[in-house]
Amino acid sequence: MTALLELNDVSARYGPVQALRGVTLEVPEGQVVAVLGANGAGKTTTLRAVSGTVRRTGSITFAGMPLKGGPEAVAKAGIAHVPEGRGTFTELSVVDNLKLGAYTRRERNLRGDIERVSEWFPWIPERADQTAGTLSGGEQQMLALARALMAKPRLLMLDEPSLGLAPMIVREIFRIVRELNERDGLTVLVVEQDARIALDTASTAYVLEVGKVAVEGPSADLRENESVRRSYLGY
Amino acid sequence: MADFMQQVVAGLASGSIYASLALALVLIHRATGVINFAQGEMATLSTYLAWTLTTNHGWSYWPAFAVTLALSFAGGAAVHQGIIRPNEKGSVLRVVIVTIGLLLLINGAVTWIWSGEVRAVQSPFPTRTIEIGGVAISIQDIGTIGVVVGTMVLLWFLFQRTKIGLAMRAASVNPAEARLVGVRVTWMLSLGWGLAAMLGAISGMLAAPSVFLDPNLMAAILIYAFAAAVLGGIDSPVGAIVGGLTLGVGLNLLGTYVDFVGADLRLPGALFVILVVLLVRPSGIFGHRAVKRV
Amino acid sequence: MRLGRSIAPVSAFLALGLVILVVPSFVSAFRAQQLSYVAIYLVALIGLNVLTGYTGQISLGHGAFMAVGGYTTAILMTDYGVKDVWTIPIAALVTGAVGFLFGLPALRLSGLYLALATFAIAVSTPAVIKRFEGFTGGGSGINLFGVPELTASLTPVEILGRELVFNDWLYYLAWTTALIGYVLAWLLLRGRTGLAFRAVRDSETAAQSSGVGLPRYKTLAFGVSAAYAGVAGSLFAIATTFVNPDTFPITLSILLLVGVVVGGLGSLVGLIAGAVFIQFLPEWSQQVSKSPGAPTVVSGIILIALMFVLPMGFAGLVGRVRTLTKR
Repeated sequence: MTALLELNDVSARYGPVQALRGVTLEVPEGQVVAVLGANGAGKTTTLRAVSGTVRRTGSITFAGMPLKGGPEAVAKAGIAHVPEGRGTFTELSVVDNLKLGAYTRRERNLRGDIERVSEWFPWIPERADQTAGTLSGGEQQMLALARALMAKPRLLMLDEPSLGLAPMIVREIFRIVRELNERDGLTVLVVEQDARIALDTASTAYVLEVGKVAVEGPSADLRENESVRRSYLGY
Repeated sequence: MADFMQQVVAGLASGSIYASLALALVLIHRATGVINFAQGEMATLSTYLAWTLTTNHGWSYWPAFAVTLALSFAGGAAVHQGIIRPNEKGSVLRVVIVTIGLLLLINGAVTWIWSGEVRAVQSPFPTRTIEIGGVAISIQDIGTIGVVVGTMVLLWFLFQRTKIGLAMRAASVNPAEARLVGVRVTWMLSLGWGLAAMLGAISGMLAAPSVFLDPNLMAAILIYAFAAAVLGGIDSPVGAIVGGLTLGVGLNLLGTYVDFVGADLRLPGALFVILVVLLVRPSGIFGHRAVKRV
Repeated sequence: MRLGRSIAPVSAFLALGLVILVVPSFVSAFRAQQLSYVAIYLVALIGLNVLTGYTGQISLGHGAFMAVGGYTTAILMTDYGVKDVWTIPIAALVTGAVGFLFGLPALRLSGLYLALATFAIAVSTPAVIKRFEGFTGGGSGINLFGVPELTASLTPVEILGRELVFNDWLYYLAWTTALIGYVLAWLLLRGRTGLAFRAVRDSETAAQSSGVGLPRYKTLAFGVSAAYAGVAGSLFAIATTFVNPDTFPITLSILLLVGVVVGGLGSLVGLIAGAVFIQFLPEWSQQVSKSPGAPTVVSGIILIALMFVLPMGFAGLVGRVRTLTKR
């Protein structure tokens, strides 16, 4: 069975700097896959390659079809990308952020959708008109997640959701991600620096080092393997 | 007192004209980070178009008005796609040069096609006055204010209550993130330029009856619009409107009641406003303080 | 100083000087007069180039500085009986001071906002000149024709044993000033100051953190470029023997920026090309069409086209040819 998302020998560069050198990975449907590694290893670039915000070579297929074009086309194909730094529209209201999440959907039942995502984030309805920029970091991350869910995506890509957040909030966010995966079968590709919590949530993980896949395998294996943990994951 | 009220209303009318063009400038700056020096000339071209339709082709005013708006919209979007977009990755100077080039091109073209002759233009509104509370108020002034207010209301509705308006707002505040949710940012920006061109056209068509139609119709009004936009906050639509009305009323009252200012110093007065605001509080009344982190 | 490196540009410069010296003998008086104006624009462009090409600050208002220089000369000649030649350095100082003073608050403005502020100044200058009649002669301006302080205006002047009529005198005055200005700018820019200027343009934040002392150089650049514009304005007043509020309109400021861009920013070579462009554009546009507005359309198209094809201006083309022919 082909995976929902497949990257085959994908390379990408920023000007003279080669960020990815032939990365091959796959995300099976209904699974959570983690991409780990140190700063500058190419994790964010991997997501950008899928989104089409960086020029890349190699092949990427999504649901069996080649994935081409820029972020607008990728969003339309059913991939929701929550970028580094949340990507909330800080000058717009909470509800406007959510509405934008549903932008590519043709059948529009905004109220129903907002109710649906509010199940996961019950604080949203009462803060609907608040400017997103005035939310706390954790709330903004959750808003970004909620916005992604508004699109009813087939694949959710999260870029360093733990960045700049307190451990308790990070745990809460990953708990929600796990539940989304277990309860609704949402496929997730998460890029993380915090290897520990990522491995607890994902079923498979890829560890990148200077743009290449150094280690890959089921999270349980990576967790047990002490030398992998020490050399690549920092704990 | 009656005289004062008259001047206030007249000031509101000219202020509406400034506000309309100022809003155009703000829309464009918000969306694409460009100060469009050619905005005035684009408005002049639109006004000449309207004039040609009514005078040479015998159209009646409001249909010509509507068609001009549509053509201006298309023109503005085309300018963005064809001229601005290819240059936006370059330096600031490059974009300034391009809009200056556009200013020259359109100004020259207008002179070329229609000659520099000064023409009188008929107002769509009757030129009489009506009495409100003992004050004689020009119907033309009321009409001008009405058109601009109506336009603002429609725009507000577009931006705040429609999907495409939301997409445009998103595209202008956060283009990268907007693309991630599927918004076709470049098209939204072109839409913004189209709307701005329409606002400029409205400004020109409303100004022409009083200021007379010649290729330099909008030159002074552009400066007033810049002053209004800077005063209100170069990224704030509300600021543009408030700034325009304030400037209109303020300059009018100053010109009437303060001898030193007179009619000649209104333009330098606007310049003064621009300089003072830029130097003291560059973000304007409603703008956000941009922090320059080193 | 490496003599070998300097020989080529220095000999080129001397050759240019020689050409300029003999040209009037080969062209009509009218042409020579036009070439005088090329020199005048060249002076202004050298200054504007220091500001925009080297420190990257955009000015759409240099016509206003020219107005300051022009009116300084006119007022000094008519009210204070100063000989025209001596008004030139005074105009340079006065305008330079004005430019420097403007450069101080302008520090707070960057890029677009500076362009906007200078644009507004240039548009309002005619109105301001008109308003302060007592000083500037208001709308009727100041007439210099026949004023005794104007060299060679009534009778030919004797220079180095030759008798020069007004047009020739003007030609040599303008070009001598331009060449002196060129050399001064060259000297200024090749040293530390030039490096500092370029550092300002290339990265404001980096320059600041490396201790270059940004503000000093930015205001200095404004002062210097204004001084040049003042000299140009002074020469302009002498050449046209007349100044009034409409002598220095916004189109002049725009044309100056066009000249610097067409010629090529940051390169002294292209500036002559830019000055030629400004002076001869109306004539060339006549070839395209006799209609009014044609010159403006042509400059607009050229500006826009240049940004697409040759963002580096004419000097960029020269640079490219040079790299192509180097083996």
